[in-house]
Amino acid sequence: MTLATRDLGIRLDGRTILDGIDLSLTRGMLTGLVGPNGAGKTTLLRALASLVAPVQGGVTLDGRALSALPRDERARRIAVLFQGGEIGWPISVREVVALGRLPHRRAFADPSAADGAAITRAMARADIAHLAERIATSLSSGERMRALLARALAVEAEWLLADEPVTALDPAHQLDAMTLLRAASREGTGVVAVLHDLALAARFCDRIVVLSGGRLLADGPPDAALSDGLLAHAFGVTAERGRAADGTGYLLPWARSGSGPEGGDCDRAGICVPGASPTE
Amino acid sequence: MIGSETTPPSRRAVPHRRRLVMLLLALAVLALTLASVAIGYAPFDVPAALADLVAGRTTLPALVLWELRIPRALLGGLVGFSLGLTGAAMQGYLRNPLADPGILGISSAAALGAVLVFYSGLAASMSLALPLGGVAGAALAAALLGALAARGSGTLGLILAGIALSSLAGALTALALNLSPNPYAALEIVFWLMGSLADRSPDHVLLCLPLMAIGWILMLSTAPALDALTLSEDSAASLGIGLVSVRLRLVTGAALAVGSGVAVSGAIGFVGLVVPHLVRPLVGARPGASLWPSGLAGAILVLAADIGVRLLATRPELKLGVVTALIGAPFLIVLLLRTRGRAA
Repeated sequence: MTLATRDLGIRLDGRTILDGIDLSLTRGMLTGLVGPNGAGKTTLLRALASLVAPVQGGVTLDGRALSALPRDERARRIAVLFQGGEIGWPISVREVVALGRLPHRRAFADPSAADGAAITRAMARADIAHLAERIATSLSSGERMRALLARALAVEAEWLLADEPVTALDPAHQLDAMTLLRAASREGTGVVAVLHDLALAARFCDRIVVLSGGRLLADGPPDAALSDGLLAHAFGVTAERGRAADGTGYLLPWARSGSGPEGGDCDRAGICVPGASPTE
Repeated sequence: MIGSETTPPSRRAVPHRRRLVMLLLALAVLALTLASVAIGYAPFDVPAALADLVAGRTTLPALVLWELRIPRALLGGLVGFSLGLTGAAMQGYLRNPLADPGILGISSAAALGAVLVFYSGLAASMSLALPLGGVAGAALAAALLGALAARGSGTLGLILAGIALSSLAGALTALALNLSPNPYAALEIVFWLMGSLADRSPDHVLLCLPLMAIGWILMLSTAPALDALTLSEDSAASLGIGLVSVRLRLVTGAALAVGSGVAVSGAIGFVGLVVPHLVRPLVGARPGASLWPSGLAGAILVLAADIGVRLLATRPELKLGVVTALIGAPFLIVLLLRTRGRAA
């Protein structure tokens, strides 16, 4: 039930991208991975799917080293939705979604009835059933993102890792997608989403993990993790907070705070001057 | 996508159509192979020759049939299938509709190997020296590319290595022509490079058939991986695709299929580039689904072109590679214009 990293360190082209990450994620929760640009969020997501090899530490799935898991089993248990929305050939939306069933299919076998059902289910959940026969490359960027989200849902994995799943979406579909990700977590999937929109992250996530300069800065429920001190420290912003008409709290990044990224407290390697550590 | 009761009809229609297209293409290959056997320069009684051949009578018609007509027809199909399949596989892998079987430099390396054999004079003493030289050239190129792929060099690394290989092999081929001891040898090399299936023997078929078959199997085995690569390399990896293994299978498969093809027939251009584009409107753009049909369509194109050069009464005979280039180059221009039009 847990996807965990222990002292995870990753270097790419001689640069340290992640350093000493200790993280234990549990299923049934929507975890938001936030942090300024270049913090190492995407790399952490890739590491959680065993797509990049660590130089120190490692990732475990239910206690077993992820790197020791057979590739197809890992693919069945951890689905990943990457950013970029790339679809290389003009194939139909249904064919795109069907790719999510590849890890479940024996080599060269036709999709089974279970595959067909999973594909239909995933398309319905991502609200693209009506686009099934459309050519995926002709879709708007929002529709395309939802098709790719359906592709990831079609894996029906224990874990769903999504890199900026809502960035290309309009507000209505952003809310839909976040609701969908949260619903998936309520059904027992462990959902981890890289998010840039702190307001959406604070509102929808059960847990927020803040990365900066390749290190873990904060980890906890949104209110605790996204404290004023941390927002200033990691993001260099202040936030307006309040309570919406329905009673839920909200957070809105409001102004630059003069410190944080490019603000002077953290150098380019992300090593921050101690003093206002928000993790305490 | 066949055989499940819950499958909606719209999902079943496409694979049915794909199978029908494949069947029709296969029938066309068969018909053209037979036509290729029947059509030649001299009037030829095929049934009589076949009867002689089956009865074991070594008459002249039986010899012509067995030593010339049948090898030529079979090689047309084999080389065409290899080119079409490799073209589709390369385009699928690189997600680039302008990739062709020569993109990794294997064709150029195979041509260089054959040219060196020509140059050394070995070709005159032994009929299989030439194709063996071609196979050796392709094998060398494949070993180099395979080492790169196994070391984890990415797609871009492979393409750059391919360009470097092509240029180097091209330069060395030019060098061999430059230093050619006499103009006739140079002319012979140039003619050979143009690609032809004339005057090939059953030995040529026996040499390339097993190599090609292994190459085909390797490339066809990447179909699900090519589908997954439609999304991105990262997405394919997350779907359980071993990218290094896919690269190795494609490089080795392309080297075996195209390398042995060039070794027996010379360079036949544009088939591998053009054929996948002809096939996609019929079977859809999913890269894994276009492999078999592209192979079959490649066989059709080469067989038809080879029948064409024999029906055209030119002397000397038009080289097969010249004909495919004459058909292929305008097609490439149209393709580029359409791609640009879509981008604009």
